[in-house]
Amino acid sequence: MFKKKWTTLMLTLCLAIIAAGCGNNANNGGADTNGAANGGSNESGNKVTVNFMHLWPEGVSAGQNKIVNQIIEAYQTDNPNVTIKQEVLDNEQYKNKLKVLSASNQLPDVGVTWAAGFMQPYVEGNLFTPVDDLLSGELNGKFVAGTTEAYAMNGKTYALPLEFNIAPVYYNKAIFEQYGLEVPQTYEQFKTVVKTLTDNGVAPIALGNKDRWTGSLWYMYLADRIAGQETLAKAITGEASFTDAGLVKAAEEVQALVDGNAFVKGFNGLSNEEAKSEFLNGKAAMFLMGTWELPNFTTNEDIPQEFRDSVGFFKFPTVDGGKGNIDSWVGGPGVGLFVSENSEVKEEAKKFVEYFVTKWGEQSVTGAGVIPATKVDTATLELPQLYIDLFNEMNKASSITLFADVQMKADAAETHLNQIQALFGKAATPDLFAGEHDKAISAGK
Amino acid sequence: MNKVMSNKKIIALYVLPALLLILAVVYIPIILTGYYGLTKWNGIGSPDYIGFDNYAALLKDTAFWNSAWHSLLLALFSGLSLILYLAIAMVLASKIKGANLFRKIYLIPMLLSSVAIAQLWLRIYHPTNGILNSLLESIGFDNPPAWLAEPKLVLFALFIPILWQYAGFYILIYYAALKNIPASLEEAAKIDGANALQIAWKIKLPLAMEVIKVTIVLAVVGSLKYFDLIYVMTNGGPNGASEVMASYMYSEAFKSYDFGYGSAVGFFLLVFCLVATWLIRKLTATKDTIQYS
Repeated sequence: MFKKKWTTLMLTLCLAIIAAGCGNNANNGGADTNGAANGGSNESGNKVTVNFMHLWPEGVSAGQNKIVNQIIEAYQTDNPNVTIKQEVLDNEQYKNKLKVLSASNQLPDVGVTWAAGFMQPYVEGNLFTPVDDLLSGELNGKFVAGTTEAYAMNGKTYALPLEFNIAPVYYNKAIFEQYGLEVPQTYEQFKTVVKTLTDNGVAPIALGNKDRWTGSLWYMYLADRIAGQETLAKAITGEASFTDAGLVKAAEEVQALVDGNAFVKGFNGLSNEEAKSEFLNGKAAMFLMGTWELPNFTTNEDIPQEFRDSVGFFKFPTVDGGKGNIDSWVGGPGVGLFVSENSEVKEEAKKFVEYFVTKWGEQSVTGAGVIPATKVDTATLELPQLYIDLFNEMNKASSITLFADVQMKADAAETHLNQIQALFGKAATPDLFAGEHDKAISAGK
Repeated sequence: MNKVMSNKKIIALYVLPALLLILAVVYIPIILTGYYGLTKWNGIGSPDYIGFDNYAALLKDTAFWNSAWHSLLLALFSGLSLILYLAIAMVLASKIKGANLFRKIYLIPMLLSSVAIAQLWLRIYHPTNGILNSLLESIGFDNPPAWLAEPKLVLFALFIPILWQYAGFYILIYYAALKNIPASLEEAAKIDGANALQIAWKIKLPLAMEVIKVTIVLAVVGSLKYFDLIYVMTNGGPNGASEVMASYMYSEAFKSYDFGYGSAVGFFLLVFCLVATWLIRKLTATKDTIQYS
């Protein structure tokens, strides 16, 4: 009997402890929001906490992570009443969390967003606040032309861009030299390069098409070179049809490349990371990717110096009889910073964003080796040649077409990406590919 | 103790925390999902009620029926693989040498997380560096397939790790069920001249039937709502060739930003699982209960 009594008592005790634990948490949460609310109404003096959610975890983006921490530390030293609370997630998880938080209306005060189609539902849901006042302030004229526009909707700008990217074809100079290959200027030459490499048993192109947007880059470039930038841009926005002869031809060329074994084996089942490692290991000769990969080819000490020295790039070659310009690029602003419309500390958050964008522009060039969306004076900085070359290319670009999956609305983007995979896997004919695109884009969601 | 437990208030007190928890994280979300399935909602802002439009679209959605077919295939495959598990469990339960060690070997995959298993098998299946293709090449296959990139192969390539992942779990259950059969029955059969096969078929199998029925339900429902390994290994691709219902639900809700439609898929999945459970119970129902004596 005595024992049983003890069991009952212990059980009750357990319950009490659990209940107490829950209670405590709830209290803490309450205190936090109180603090934030006070900070919002009282500009100076009071403690303010700005929640900042970003996607540069230390393990994946060491360079960016370090810069973020430096900037935050400096900002907190300058503004002792402000605490910046970070939350860091990896890319895909970040997108999911942002989605979930927005559904319950609990977005962080400051966060990272992508341009155009990605941020549209957030803007329409009144979750992001316009940041035009920042653009006309200290940051006036600091951005590279065409970067902030991608974040504008209905005449207002809803986020400030941090990065700017274009996508060149990186190639392994050592492999090219071994087989006596020249950098191709035209698509015919490019096909010869591919043929020589396959004949010698080297995989010509690293492509991880499980991620789908990777294959989209190839299609976009072929479409741009054959049908011309305007046709492609119009088709993406729905003003023109994907059944345009040039655009269908581009899809045919994609399949011709697949037939010629231009891409690594099993590319439709490989992730971009896996494909990248084929290139980094010298197993594949070429890799079409954004300039955000630059650190891996220039300053990243984890990658052998010998390999980094042997990486070059070339512009996607022109197609004979095509309407494309060799200086036309696929790319665009990467991520930008938004301020939440429902933030209790909107003013403080905006100030932080302004500070962050400025400092990011100064530090990300040397610290992370990425290209910021703000103007940079490369002459005064010591930078890797590859970086400078690409930077200059970007400045003389005739046009930069924003990544199709970022530009399109969510549902159309999903169709586009699936169709890309189907096209590369030869599960869809070029005509079907074009038709599905038109259907999805005209559906308008 | 008896006195305490007969007090209704005390019972309520003890049941309440778990009940509240299960209500909050299981039943209320199910009801909400049912409601969202009737709306047009992109996850932001407020849902618009549109009646059964989502379900009407669902019935015509070939991509969805494709994924449902894949889920059914997986369920069928899982059901069949139970036979294999049962056979292994029978061998282990008979007194063979090293049964204990084998049991542990089979159990190990169960201790790994799905993501770890997926990463492991991604490397095994790697088209050029993978152990599987290297092996095939070394024994003379010239051009082994890229397992996860071939639309015709990918689903079956995914079944293998799933088979491997759940082996330990089911073998353990069967092992326990078989060990539970009194040895005296087996001895009596032996004295009557039954061979090993007859003992397995006529004695062990009928006596383990109740457990087998439960495992069939577990395997079928588990496969119908299967998600994690497929999500990590192929993400439903290439072009939906390995999409199952749960991954389709996920991509509709989180990638196409169509939470209303995604919820409809989810609710349909729930109904599907309930019907499957009911059907299996119905089909495997027996009137007489077996008694060990």
